[in-house]
Amino acid sequence: MMNLTLKIWRQKNANEKGKIVDYPVSGISPDMSFLEMLDVLNQELIEKGKEPVAFDHDCREGICGTCSLYINGRAHGPATKITACQLHMRSFKDGDTIYIEPWRAKAFPVVKDLIVDRSSFDRIQQAGGFISVNTSGNTQDANAIPIEKEHADKAFDAATCIGCGACVASCKNSSAMLFVSAKVSQFALLPQGQVEATDRVMNMVKQMDEEGFGNCTNTGACEVECPKGISLENIARMNREYLTASLKG
Amino acid sequence: MSILDSKIPEGPLADKWTKHKNDINLVNPANKRLIDVIIVGTGLAGGSAAATLAELGYNVKAFCFQDSPRRAHSIAAQGGINAAKNYQGDGDSTYRLFYDTVKGGDYRSREANVYRLAEVSTNIIDQCVAQGVPFAREYGGLLDNRSFGGVLVSRTFYAKGQTGQQLLLGAYAAMNRQIGRGKIKMYTRHEMLDVVVVDGKARGIIARDLVTGEIERHSAHAVVLGTGGYGNAFYLSTYAMGSNVTAAWKAHKRGAFFANPCYTQIHPTCIPVSGDHQSKLTLMSESLRNDGRIWVPKHKKDVEAIRNGSLKPTDLAEEDRDYYLERRYPAFGNLVPRDVASRAAKERCDAGYGVNQTGEAVYLDFASAIERYGKEQAYVKGLNVEDKALITKLGKEVVENKYGNLFQMYEKIVDQNPYETPMMIYPAVHYTMGGLWVDYNLMTTVPGLYAIGEANFSDHGANRLGASALMQGLADGYFVLPYTIGDYLAHDIRTGEIPTDSKEFDAAEEKVRAEIDKLVNNQGTKSVDYFHKKLGKIMWNKCGMARNEKELKEAISEIAALREEFYKDVFVPGEENEYNEELAKAGRVADFLELGELFAKDALERNESAGGHFREEYQTESGEALRVKDYQYVSAWEYKGQPSEAVHHKEPLEYENIEVKERSYK
Repeated sequence: MMNLTLKIWRQKNANEKGKIVDYPVSGISPDMSFLEMLDVLNQELIEKGKEPVAFDHDCREGICGTCSLYINGRAHGPATKITACQLHMRSFKDGDTIYIEPWRAKAFPVVKDLIVDRSSFDRIQQAGGFISVNTSGNTQDANAIPIEKEHADKAFDAATCIGCGACVASCKNSSAMLFVSAKVSQFALLPQGQVEATDRVMNMVKQMDEEGFGNCTNTGACEVECPKGISLENIARMNREYLTASLKG
Repeated sequence: MSILDSKIPEGPLADKWTKHKNDINLVNPANKRLIDVIIVGTGLAGGSAAATLAELGYNVKAFCFQDSPRRAHSIAAQGGINAAKNYQGDGDSTYRLFYDTVKGGDYRSREANVYRLAEVSTNIIDQCVAQGVPFAREYGGLLDNRSFGGVLVSRTFYAKGQTGQQLLLGAYAAMNRQIGRGKIKMYTRHEMLDVVVVDGKARGIIARDLVTGEIERHSAHAVVLGTGGYGNAFYLSTYAMGSNVTAAWKAHKRGAFFANPCYTQIHPTCIPVSGDHQSKLTLMSESLRNDGRIWVPKHKKDVEAIRNGSLKPTDLAEEDRDYYLERRYPAFGNLVPRDVASRAAKERCDAGYGVNQTGEAVYLDFASAIERYGKEQAYVKGLNVEDKALITKLGKEVVENKYGNLFQMYEKIVDQNPYETPMMIYPAVHYTMGGLWVDYNLMTTVPGLYAIGEANFSDHGANRLGASALMQGLADGYFVLPYTIGDYLAHDIRTGEIPTDSKEFDAAEEKVRAEIDKLVNNQGTKSVDYFHKKLGKIMWNKCGMARNEKELKEAISEIAALREEFYKDVFVPGEENEYNEELAKAGRVADFLELGELFAKDALERNESAGGHFREEYQTESGEALRVKDYQYVSAWEYKGQPSEAVHHKEPLEYENIEVKERSYK
């Protein structure tokens, strides 16, 4: 069992100023997940009649992309290729001090405590992250167009992005290039995506810029912190797509 | 004569859906612009319905409690989606998918609905591929399939262990296209707290903005609930933390009958509970049973040695292992349906053969798959098939390619490497087959109120087969509701916008506000989780994998008492006009505390075993579920104030195209 000191960002709402508040917790089992450790803290706070720490979470199995904690200066904490909900306390040791903050980015304003508003990601997807086919079911047979396995697999790898925003939080410029390029790449690698390729990349990049995300300076921090291991290759592919689209005008 | 009219079309089974589509009313495109539809929930069912109805031209308002529609819990579905494509040429057909689903559901689902589901299953795959969903492919570039429990063909399409994610992102993309066009107005971080019924028809909802706490009125000509299942009544489950029954339960209180609440799926392959701190359980995809073999030691002395760490499972000789599914069910082996596999695991663990400290775990072992695949690769590559180390290395590569992300997930949680030592698994609550009663058109007993996907009851009977939830969610949302809802809305083309200042909206909002006030001002001493955990324990121990009359009766009175205590002593910190997760949770748990009692009441009424509903009093000599002919009906409960007063209605189930017999997987 471990005793820890938590230093947690508390902020009542988007308009008020926030600050780091210290919370000691004890009796933490190494088999607990990080969020279960926060559950323990919150139960203690509630028992004392205090307000629990608000944090985003839902599936708790690393796929919904809801959890978004900046732990000891790293998105989703010290381990790689997992989300905060998959992080277990065995990654820490007795007596540790742990800083827990929300994602920090202009395009992700704080809602409360550790919760941020990531609707900017949705708006980027709404600008072009789709293939314009009606959902009638009367498309051609699924096996009508064979797709090279390598391309299909790469499209899948890009499509595994969970939209958590760790890439933005980790980037010194708060750039969303990895997130946007993952969707652009998924469709760029598939024949179905070719028809709208030009508009898609132009519209999504335009929306990304309007949302206030920063530029990419190729530091690669996003790839390191991405819980799904989305590759920087996707950014290169998006840049090619963007260049091609720009030339087409 | 039942008061429930399932509205199943006349004619031969295979022609019903086509005939129905030809017979029902259509709304012309210009008139669709005058009609509003509210969709609550944006998972596979709600998301696909929202996209499709918007494409057709209706004005859609979609609601989800998550911060984005992309995060609905459909995203966590791992293994795959069934479709009767017969790409493998292994004898699959619409009829076989229909047959397997009805049989898998232990003859407690509605024939016509299931046939329709099987019929449209192939469209789903075509549709999703057109949308750019990256399903797994073979080297020839065509789609790959795998096998799931309870069937003898390979009809499951998949995207590694993230099929639900890819399908949901497909529906999300289709929604985004319509949001961009202004045809869907999306309300995220909103929770539906009541249905508004005007002149007997569902005409809107009351929702709470979870960020500001504001109570809002939204009107429409029809309301669709795609709000998922209620497995979180058990507290520990594979559901997301936020999954809840509130929308469906509020609908129930407004007149929608609740069908078969006791039909719950306990999934056999989940990571076992590790301690009291546990907040949720993690599933290991059923696809693992394609290659994993389930076993426990044959002898108690070996069980002891494994538990105290003096024996490694990998050191136990083959002849000292009990591959109990292969032993009991030679025809289907490790691929028996979920209810059968779960009960078999419980049977072994109850008999004292569980392999972890708590005695509630069995092994899922990949050693023989690694060897088999390794040999295959060695032959293909012309390498030495006698080289054991090489075989293991090659085999591990194949297994990693197939299940890599699942193995990684397991290792992160349990801190053991499943390539080296067998996984430990145990059953956990995963899905609810019960839900709001709907007719063939997916309409509940409240006119204009629809339920789709897991929120309804109709397709899976008493047990759902693997890879069928995704199929049903998308079938309902993309291909069924968009037709059937038109038949109802055709009468609303001259109605005009539904006002939100009516007395019905006033009353509904007032009720919601009163409920919130009550919770916030209660000033009790115990947290919401305290009650939720207590409810979960009652549900798991007395309404779980095995049930009996005595314990169900106890559960009913214990849940009623717990509910009373909840309202006396729950403490909700914070205020109502702000982001307040405890308040949201309190409302959800309050509804679970009512649903839980109805659940137990339903299980008590059903004096038979069927699928996931196993009553200890009703089993065959070999311990299999014993169905009783007299219970060949759907139980639909009508709300009358308290769960104990709920009125029982029956919809008889008739099987004209399938012979009802004892389900055998031997």
